[in-house]
Amino acid sequence: MTAVLELTGITKRFGALTANDDVSLSLAQGEILALLGENGAGKTTLMNILFGHYAADAGDVRVFGQTLPPGRPRAAIEAGVGMVHQHFTLAANLSVLDNVMLGSERLVRLRSGRSAARAKLLDISDRFGLPVDPDARISRLSVGERQRVEILKALYRDARILILDEPTAVLARPEAERLFATLREMTQEGLSLIFISHKLHEVMAASDRVAVLRGGKMVAERRTAETSANELAELMVGRSVVRPKREAHAIGAPVVVASGVSVAGKLDDISFAVHEGEILGIVGVSGNGQAALGALVSGLGGPTAGTLRLGDGDMGSLSARALIDAGAARIPEDRHAEGVVGELPVWENAVLERLRSKAFSRGGFVRRGAARAHAAGLIDRFDIRGAVPDTRTGLLSGGNMQKLILGRNLASSPRFILANQPTRGLDEGAIAAVHAELLAARAAGAAILLISEELEEAVGLADRIQAIVKGRLSRPVVAEDADARRLGLMMAGMWESTDAA
Amino acid sequence: MRLERRAHVPLGLVVAAPVAAIVAALALAAGLIAAAGVNPLTAYGEMLRGALGSRLAITEMLTRATPLILTGLAAAVAFRARLWNIGGEGQFYMGALITAWAGHSLGLPGPLGIAVLMVLGMAAGAVMLAGPAFLRLRFGVDEVVTTLLLNFIVILFVGLMIEGPLRDPLAFGWPSSVPVDGDYRLPDLVPRTRLHIGLLFAIAAAGAVWLVLARTVFGAEARAAGFNPRAASFAGISLPRTLMGVALLSGGLAGLAGAVEVMGVTASVTTTMSPGFGYAGIVVAMLAALHPAGVVAAAVFVATVFVGADAMSRATGVPSFIADVIVALSLLTMLVALLFTTYRVRQ
Repeated sequence: MTAVLELTGITKRFGALTANDDVSLSLAQGEILALLGENGAGKTTLMNILFGHYAADAGDVRVFGQTLPPGRPRAAIEAGVGMVHQHFTLAANLSVLDNVMLGSERLVRLRSGRSAARAKLLDISDRFGLPVDPDARISRLSVGERQRVEILKALYRDARILILDEPTAVLARPEAERLFATLREMTQEGLSLIFISHKLHEVMAASDRVAVLRGGKMVAERRTAETSANELAELMVGRSVVRPKREAHAIGAPVVVASGVSVAGKLDDISFAVHEGEILGIVGVSGNGQAALGALVSGLGGPTAGTLRLGDGDMGSLSARALIDAGAARIPEDRHAEGVVGELPVWENAVLERLRSKAFSRGGFVRRGAARAHAAGLIDRFDIRGAVPDTRTGLLSGGNMQKLILGRNLASSPRFILANQPTRGLDEGAIAAVHAELLAARAAGAAILLISEELEEAVGLADRIQAIVKGRLSRPVVAEDADARRLGLMMAGMWESTDAA
Repeated sequence: MRLERRAHVPLGLVVAAPVAAIVAALALAAGLIAAAGVNPLTAYGEMLRGALGSRLAITEMLTRATPLILTGLAAAVAFRARLWNIGGEGQFYMGALITAWAGHSLGLPGPLGIAVLMVLGMAAGAVMLAGPAFLRLRFGVDEVVTTLLLNFIVILFVGLMIEGPLRDPLAFGWPSSVPVDGDYRLPDLVPRTRLHIGLLFAIAAAGAVWLVLARTVFGAEARAAGFNPRAASFAGISLPRTLMGVALLSGGLAGLAGAVEVMGVTASVTTTMSPGFGYAGIVVAMLAALHPAGVVAAAVFVATVFVGADAMSRATGVPSFIADVIVALSLLTMLVALLFTTYRVRQ
């Protein structure tokens, strides 16, 4: 096999941080290489150097035998390297064809080459098995379809090496499986692929070879067939990480009860009850009403029908602030957009929800000393690394940001906790920490509503599980009875038939 | 060349940025002055002498800085919460107009009357911004457009009032409002100059604004709402209440500028009483990096340019419009400087 891509001795520093330390890597023709590592291990930096977004401090990049000039994305594109970013770079108001053509046409020309471009796009789409409607508007496409457009965009520019940065971060399990099947077919057309991931199961399922990065260094390379998920996990984390297990205990009285709740156009006649010391898992494919359910129990909007009760009181009419005061904790789905204000320091985010409480303000003035001390306590207790109270929150890694949000919520011993996708995008070490905190809150008697797209997470944490499909909820099943097949059917909306069986 | 966000912005850089921006703006304007056939160093020397060269010059400069501090604070308060108030000019005029109108017929003793007039001026400015803020909250109407266009409406309205109901019959046909009662003129700070105690009010306002923004719950909520409205809202902060509070404070400060200018300097309202105090307030706020203490310093700089440019124009023949050019350029150079304080340039 010949190497189509070679990185040798890549080193990149950001101030005091060495993001890549003498990393070497090669990719063979027709191979799928997984680049595995925790958040902050330097995966994305390495790929950005390869693609020319960053210039390395040392080392070089060779594509098909040619050394690429550093820091020039255009040179990488011309050499046949295509990148599919984790966060899509598509213009939502334009059509698929427009997006694919964008940037590959000369600015000054008399006629647009649309018909030629359309023919080329359809040809590629057919050859690589990526069906697409060239005239569809991006804003109307699902996340999976948008990703397909991103891949087509790279192929349209004649990419022969494709880099995918966390391609499944935004996809549900079936979509992810479809993606990997497609990628496999693409290698038979002569493409070579690198995908970045921190999910062990997909690395094991989809790659030929695995390169493991830890702390900026290349720590191991393995043939996928000759390794195991356990070995990779240890290589990635540097120690063995075990997700904590739920222990059986008695559950108490109902805390949050929804009966026949609807939110116009989003939730349809749902009912559930979460009890003291219980975790109720809501599983489902993304976009089936989880966002509306999250907003409903976060106090961001009330039901249009049915009743939602917290303890003895009506919950549906409470504002976010009233809900917090009533002892509810909310871990939002998107920590950057809803969880924290990135520009503000850690201490302000630590008290943001309770600024008006007596503990943190007096006469309209913020008790800065008390707030800072509180934040320092959270940093200590929840092991928020790399932070002091005055650190700008946006600088924290995803896992540490999530620990801050958890800490802010759990410090006041809430009786109800909404945990909406609490480990999305986190690495193994952080996932274990978040799970341990949620289980500790459960042991302390909190009622927890867990909304998750990760089946392992739901099965591992929840006492009972309900599936959400098109805004409707299945009846609950006890976690012990929830095998993969049954959950799969539930998530496909076929719970009536399983109940009958 | 690429930009990387700085993890920490050193204080030295925060202070150096506006200084560098001003130097760059002066250097760019020097080209225009040279094109007008005058040695830029001579011209800038005249400008400095005209603004700072004598006791009278300094008091004139400070008189000019007083409304600029207040309109600068108005812009800084709003911009911090990401409320783009471009309507400082209109709010200034409404504050001035209501002060002149009420100050002509108010039957209260001096100091109390002055206090009441200041409150009225603030209320008028606050109302002017409350409208656009409501439209943004309720219908998502862009406040840049509404506040900017309201400026022209307000100036035409002021013209209507001083040609009509508020016309001063003793002004010999000159379009000017009736003057405020002598009891309500602000006392001089320096005898036999135009400098009045409004300067002290403006500086006190800067201190109060700092206190509110940096130390109160309202200030913290306004900052959070400005940076990330979704997260603020999720955390239980009421966006409409916060934004409306910011709008009332910002509009109130610009209205206060108008009230103080009428009571301290002009006594009556004309449509030419403001050489763009509202717009210059935006520059002042940006040069100050939206910090209240910086607003005072930046207002002094802008006032120096405006007052100095008149003297320079008399001495060298360079049109005094160069002042507008320098102030506008310093806004542009400050935006560039802010980029370099937030980001680090890397190879």
